[in-house]
Amino acid sequence: MTASHTRADAEAGPSGTRPDAEAGPPGARARAVLGLLARRLRLPNQPLVRHLILFVLGAGLFYVLTVNVGAYNDYQIGEIAVYAIVLGGLSVLTGLNGQFSLGHGAFMAIGAYTLALLQLHADVGLVGELVIAAVIAAAAGAVVGVPAARLSPPYLAGVTLMLALGLPQLSAQYGSVFGGEQGLTTTPPAAPGSLSPERWLAWIQLFCALVVLVLLANLVRSRFGRAFRAVRDDEVAAAVSGIHVARTKVLAFAVSAGCAGLGGALLVLSTGVVNVGEFPLSLSIGLLAAMVFGGAGSLVGVWWGAVALVYMPTWSTSLSQHLSLGTSAAAYLSDAFFGVVLVIAMLVSPAGVQGGIRRIGQLLWSGGGVAGLGGPGGGVATDRMDQETKERSRP
Amino acid sequence: MELFVDILLSGVAQGMVFAAIALGLGLVSRATGIVNFAQGAMGMFTTFIAFSLLSHGVGYWPAFVAALALGAVLGAAVERTLIRPLQGKPALNPVIVTIGLLIVLEGVAGSIWGNVARGFPAAFSQRGLVIGRTRVAFSHFDVFLVCAVVVLVVAIVALFRWTNLGLRMRAAAFSPEVSRLLGVRVGRLFTLAWALACAAGSLAGLLVAPLSSFSPYYMDLNLVYGFTAAVLGGLLSPVGALAGGLVTGLSIAFVGGYVGPDLQPIAALALLLLVLMVRPQGLFGTSEVRRV
Repeated sequence: MTASHTRADAEAGPSGTRPDAEAGPPGARARAVLGLLARRLRLPNQPLVRHLILFVLGAGLFYVLTVNVGAYNDYQIGEIAVYAIVLGGLSVLTGLNGQFSLGHGAFMAIGAYTLALLQLHADVGLVGELVIAAVIAAAAGAVVGVPAARLSPPYLAGVTLMLALGLPQLSAQYGSVFGGEQGLTTTPPAAPGSLSPERWLAWIQLFCALVVLVLLANLVRSRFGRAFRAVRDDEVAAAVSGIHVARTKVLAFAVSAGCAGLGGALLVLSTGVVNVGEFPLSLSIGLLAAMVFGGAGSLVGVWWGAVALVYMPTWSTSLSQHLSLGTSAAAYLSDAFFGVVLVIAMLVSPAGVQGGIRRIGQLLWSGGGVAGLGGPGGGVATDRMDQETKERSRP
Repeated sequence: MELFVDILLSGVAQGMVFAAIALGLGLVSRATGIVNFAQGAMGMFTTFIAFSLLSHGVGYWPAFVAALALGAVLGAAVERTLIRPLQGKPALNPVIVTIGLLIVLEGVAGSIWGNVARGFPAAFSQRGLVIGRTRVAFSHFDVFLVCAVVVLVVAIVALFRWTNLGLRMRAAAFSPEVSRLLGVRVGRLFTLAWALACAAGSLAGLLVAPLSSFSPYYMDLNLVYGFTAAVLGGLLSPVGALAGGLVTGLSIAFVGGYVGPDLQPIAALALLLLVLMVRPQGLFGTSEVRRV
């Protein structure tokens, strides 16, 4: 019921604007694009309403889920929420802006260490700690994004790969600040009343995840989101249309890194300790794989990816026990699984799980855009955007 | 002074390994236009196979040759099965495939051989040579390492410059369509380029294994330094790869010797970013005009 409601919302905006856009003079493509942008800007409340409805639904769902499970499951649900934040940022970066990063583990580490250092040396409260962690990671992302904006994808991959390998080593080099091998400890927030601390933390993490995803969904549908996509599809055309390409790429990288930083900070609240071992290269690659698994550019797909990231180690442990491979093989199985996911996804279905679900839905509903949750992630919006671009570029 | 000389010599030896990796990355990049992030892992895997052969009583040299041959076969197989189907798709897709392959190979190697740091035997003595009255940090094995990489570079240069096959490879990389019209089997040459590149990766893996703690992840950092070397050298010329390898090796060695080994990856990153900002085509590359 809600699904059809949100679909109606999604259809209403663009179908109203399309005829006007095409009525413009055929040569003035840039002006038509700008006109379209301006007209879309006048309807900001619709996506917002839609995303807020999804927010409330998500919050209700998670409330029911968490009150019915035990402490360990609370911990895991919180972890899923954390990875959903990180993957949301990564998904926007790759799916919408066409950049990609092998170094998001490093930005998570930045957020995590920022939180731990703030808890040690300053008293700014949990919200302050999380905000500062996200801001510092975003600033680091902007610093990396400036050279990254000039690089083609393979070089960007190399640079971010080096970041993932190199940055955590700094904590070993400057042990007096970062605690060396042992790392730093963190204290989780005190739970109010008789609530268990795990559940309280899971709620905080879920709340942050929903807020971040709503913000990202709105960003995707905003002027900035359209600039992200324009730069992804054709940098020259975007520049001609008045988009500052480098600035857009740096912004996308900073937003993405900020999400990773917030995720890292929230993650170490549950683990209680920050050290280098928590952010290995395999985490960064696992994040990329999970993002591709869920579906690049889809903010709903991030939940599939996050579930895979959290439960894969458990599943591979039971699988390796089943195959009597010994305990050490389990860690490798889950790494290898993510590798296989990357390879197969690229060969078979680059749109990931969410893309597959969307395709099945399209078959079922014969043609209509698949509804509901697919919308805010930019999947449907992206398709429509691409469609319009194609229509207009036809001679 | 002695420290300086030792650092210099170990930097040269390390740099040669990076040059071999950079050479392989360049071969693949020139042929199929992507960076093969699985190059190091492929070298790791074949080196582990050589290690298994050695522990079953096979001699060093047969195992050495077997690893190189296996590297070539692995490279060709990967190109045919995983990279070829992605031709014409966005450049991001094959790159992500190589990253996936990287963790698959590491995962498989880890579950077969376990994540324990072992020692890999060297072909020659690893005790430093005595020059004059001082013992320097450069062994017989390091001499072999330098010679092996120089032979590899010379062989690749000779292949491209003086053989018909090399000419066809250059033509296929330069303009696949025109080459195809002229009867060059472009696909086969790309497979050959991948095979050569991964054999070079295997050589790097075999040469660096005795110098490092030999675990499924020992090539990660080497790949990153090899990537730096490749970008420094401009990704296209074998001589550039050699020079890039030496510059990277020496920079890493001096940072490690005078500042701290933990800062080496960050130093390589800084070097890489510096080169990419100032001379994106690499120190020895020529810039390419991109038309819209």
